[in-house]
Amino acid sequence: MNKIAVKVDDLTVAYNYKPVLWDIDLKIPEGVLMAIVGPNGAGKSTLIKSILGILKPIAGSVSIYGKPYEKQRQLVAYVPQKGSVDWDFPTTALDVVMMGTYGSLGWIKRPGQKEKKAALEALEKVGMLAFKNRQISQLSGGQQQRIFLARALVQNASIYFMDEPFQGVDATTEIAIINILKELRKAGKTVIVVHHDLQTVPEYFDWVTFLNVKKIATGPVRDIFNDDNLTKTYGINYQVSIQE
Amino acid sequence: MTNKTNNDCKSKNLATTKTMDITKYIELVFTDYTLRTITLGTAILGAVTGMLGSFAVLRKQSLLGDAISHAALPGIAIAFLITGAKDSNTLLIGALISGLIGTFWIRGIVTKTHLKSDTALGLILSLFFGFGMLLLTFIQKQPNANQAGLDKYLFGQAATLVESDVWLMAIITGICLIVMLTFWKEFKILLFDADYTKTLGFNTKFIDILITTFIVLAIVLGLQTVGVVLMSAMLLAPAAAARQWTNSLSVMVVLAALFGAFSGVFGTAISASQDNLSTGPVIVLVAGVFVVFSFIFSPNRGLLFKQIRFIKNRRDLELHKTLAFMHHIAETHEDISHPHAVKLLNNFQGYTRSTLQKLVDKNYVQLHGNMWSLTKTGFEVASNLYTKQSTEDE
Amino acid sequence: MSNAQLEIQLIASLVAVACAIPGTFLVLRKMAMISDAISHSILPGIVIGFFITQDLNSPILILLAALTGIITVVLVEYIQKTGLVKEDTAIGLVFPALFSIGVILIAKNANDVHLDVDAVLLGELAFAPFDRLLIGGTDVGPKSLWVIGTILLVTIALLILFFKELKLSTFDKGLAASLGFSPAIIHYGLMSVSSITTVGAFDAVGAILVVALMIAPAAAAYLLTTDLKKMLALAITFGVFSAILGYWVAHWLDASIAGSITTVLGFVFLLVYLFAPSKGIIAVMYREKQQRTEVSLLTFLLHLKNHDEIEERHVNHLNEHINWQKVRSKTVLELALKNNMIHIENNIVSLTKKGNNFTSKAINYIITNEDTQIEDMKDDFFLFRG
Repeated sequence: MNKIAVKVDDLTVAYNYKPVLWDIDLKIPEGVLMAIVGPNGAGKSTLIKSILGILKPIAGSVSIYGKPYEKQRQLVAYVPQKGSVDWDFPTTALDVVMMGTYGSLGWIKRPGQKEKKAALEALEKVGMLAFKNRQISQLSGGQQQRIFLARALVQNASIYFMDEPFQGVDATTEIAIINILKELRKAGKTVIVVHHDLQTVPEYFDWVTFLNVKKIATGPVRDIFNDDNLTKTYGINYQVSIQE
Repeated sequence: MTNKTNNDCKSKNLATTKTMDITKYIELVFTDYTLRTITLGTAILGAVTGMLGSFAVLRKQSLLGDAISHAALPGIAIAFLITGAKDSNTLLIGALISGLIGTFWIRGIVTKTHLKSDTALGLILSLFFGFGMLLLTFIQKQPNANQAGLDKYLFGQAATLVESDVWLMAIITGICLIVMLTFWKEFKILLFDADYTKTLGFNTKFIDILITTFIVLAIVLGLQTVGVVLMSAMLLAPAAAARQWTNSLSVMVVLAALFGAFSGVFGTAISASQDNLSTGPVIVLVAGVFVVFSFIFSPNRGLLFKQIRFIKNRRDLELHKTLAFMHHIAETHEDISHPHAVKLLNNFQGYTRSTLQKLVDKNYVQLHGNMWSLTKTGFEVASNLYTKQSTEDE
Repeated sequence: MSNAQLEIQLIASLVAVACAIPGTFLVLRKMAMISDAISHSILPGIVIGFFITQDLNSPILILLAALTGIITVVLVEYIQKTGLVKEDTAIGLVFPALFSIGVILIAKNANDVHLDVDAVLLGELAFAPFDRLLIGGTDVGPKSLWVIGTILLVTIALLILFFKELKLSTFDKGLAASLGFSPAIIHYGLMSVSSITTVGAFDAVGAILVVALMIAPAAAAYLLTTDLKKMLALAITFGVFSAILGYWVAHWLDASIAGSITTVLGFVFLLVYLFAPSKGIIAVMYREKQQRTEVSLLTFLLHLKNHDEIEERHVNHLNEHINWQKVRSKTVLELALKNNMIHIENNIVSLTKKGNNFTSKAINYIITNEDTQIEDMKDDFFLFRG
């Protein structure tokens, strides 16, 4: 097996001390395109938020390539849920993508030509170059999602975490995004996606983690994406027709 | 009931002539020391509150300013009770402390209980203010004679501004500007996406406390001039107006500062040139005029242009429909420019004389008396329209 | 106690009850700040009404001022609907503007209007008994008593008549609408009652105290119960208690009655905020600490259940692997041992049968997330508190 990109040990997370994730052990090998699936409230977003240090776990630890997250930030990029920000914020598409460079800039230093160039390249990659000066509220849902993806691409990371990137986007954008994700995997990057559309799992991903408060299963899609695990995750007699 | 406000208003008239016109005011600004101080003070105050107000509005903390300004009142009274000083700087420190306590208590209520933020705001606002009033009335009954000045913090009295107050405002505004320029990138990203900011390794708590502290500072700074009751409007109005004119954060902050400063200057000018007009409410109303004007006339978001665009779209649609209908008739004939009777069009709902005239103006249609015919361009436009529509229908 | 003192306390208590009723619904509907906005923006209405009637207790003035209150609500909602600014910014823009108009109207007509902005905001309860209502020459009591008494009666009548609708539309707007109760009517009805109460009470207690009397008792009650009827009763009790105690504090300090009542309200809220049995800060912090230990314990047990490998179950692993501070792991270990959940052999920790059963049960409850079962769990958890 490949190197382990992300290793989660005994992670337990609680909101207001109400447990949301229980004793999660997870090893994500380098270079996979992985979906995290599970019912609503299963703790999918919570899992990636705790890996990224946004939420503080009550127990357990996370390591990125063998070191704690704080030391490996530059290797990690994050695409939050589209609905988590105010899209009426007075800023342009290019500006949002530039934010991806802020982490490597550190405190106080301003982005310059180099950062702008990187941002423009990322915009081109997601097919949004023409909209670079557009106010973000004037973009469609799919376009907003592409901007978020571009912002993560600018970070030029090794591991990408994405929270529901296909929610509320049009079919063209969905295809565009998945193509970019597949390209990232080809380039040896690890991509971890919180996903809710079970139908598309076999088509889009090569690795999957079933999650419902505790980890149900994790592994290659062709081995473990089956009715047994789906039932365990989603409850009794969960039926899903998997299209091959 | 007493008639205190009445007297206050008179003293606010700068003890100059009863009525002054604007030209005289402008003349006085350059010659009269008091008036110059006040004008400068309200301008600086407007600028700094407008600037920081932009952050408050974008963080959806619009009403926090109202709560903080009310919460500052007991601090002023306690500072007076402890030090006996009327010196505004000492009182402002008291206001700052109690404003901050109010702010953090609001956060405590929202995070630790199931009470919602509006309840927490209303609670702290009314309870602190009531407590402050208890202390103020208590102070008024004390033999200590120099208490009278505390009343100005209720509704503000720009007339009591002295040079040292203006200096304090200028210095704090300067610090605020330096901090804002230094941490501009951090402020912006935190305002837009706090979680993401955290993943990039920024200490979001530090940035957050920095912004909140400056907002509280700006509010406290304005209490003497505008008073606790109206202070929140100074924070919100310039920012709300500025937001309508731009889609860039930096432009918004600059515009808000300008609007704020102009509200201060115009407000002072109007209240100085009229009898019996207190400065605070006039400044607020001037800022309100900026808001109403921006809401209506801003080119991108304004209500007027939105309405015009709406009407124009509807007209275009009518025009297209008429043209399409004509095309439909013209198609039946081999020669597309074969004239037809205008009467035919009466059956069509979208048709009016003016739409026909417009089509003629655009050279899509030619009129010969009671007959009309499509021109070549008209036919092409119409058939394009037709295919577009029918593909959309599918 | 003199007659005037008794009347003051009676007026204050009636105001407290009249405020607590709409206040409870405002707090529940997350509209507390609207009451603040109304309390300020009625000022121009009062001034214009006063021009016309020359009497602060006139019903025409009260209706006119209440109308400004409603206009405020409508304006705020209109601005919100345009989407030009965020929700609460609209409130913050409307009321200072209306209040400013009021202040300027007073100042410009200072010679004709014997009205004081301070008095509108703060009221002067001490003078209320001196403005008597005379009917056919007989003194029937202070005017404010009649005004607020009438408003209270109407409020109570509306509360009883529309209790079901109010309750439904507060807790489930969608259902209320589908059952044919127009949420808009209930909403504007509540806004009207709030406005009229504010106007009726401001003369006696001032606009700010009205806000405090609407929000603070209801907020304190909400920390003690979630039952609507109990909440109403508690809010009324807190309001009346603060009104009477506040009066005597003011009497003793020789200070503003309104300010003093608000301060007492503040203390009542503070006490409830700190000591409320399940939602007070102290209870919450205690529970959080308890839950932290319980969650830690469960995490630990679950870890043992999930791992058969010896190295994962070594005593030292607790610190290294689960990433806890030393103190906590020691507490957790002791707690688990004390309850016979685990046994330790050669520094290797294993679950006992009891521990194993308990862990399976616990994780099952948490995943199915059925509240009734979790209640059961809580009883189990109390076992570990010793």
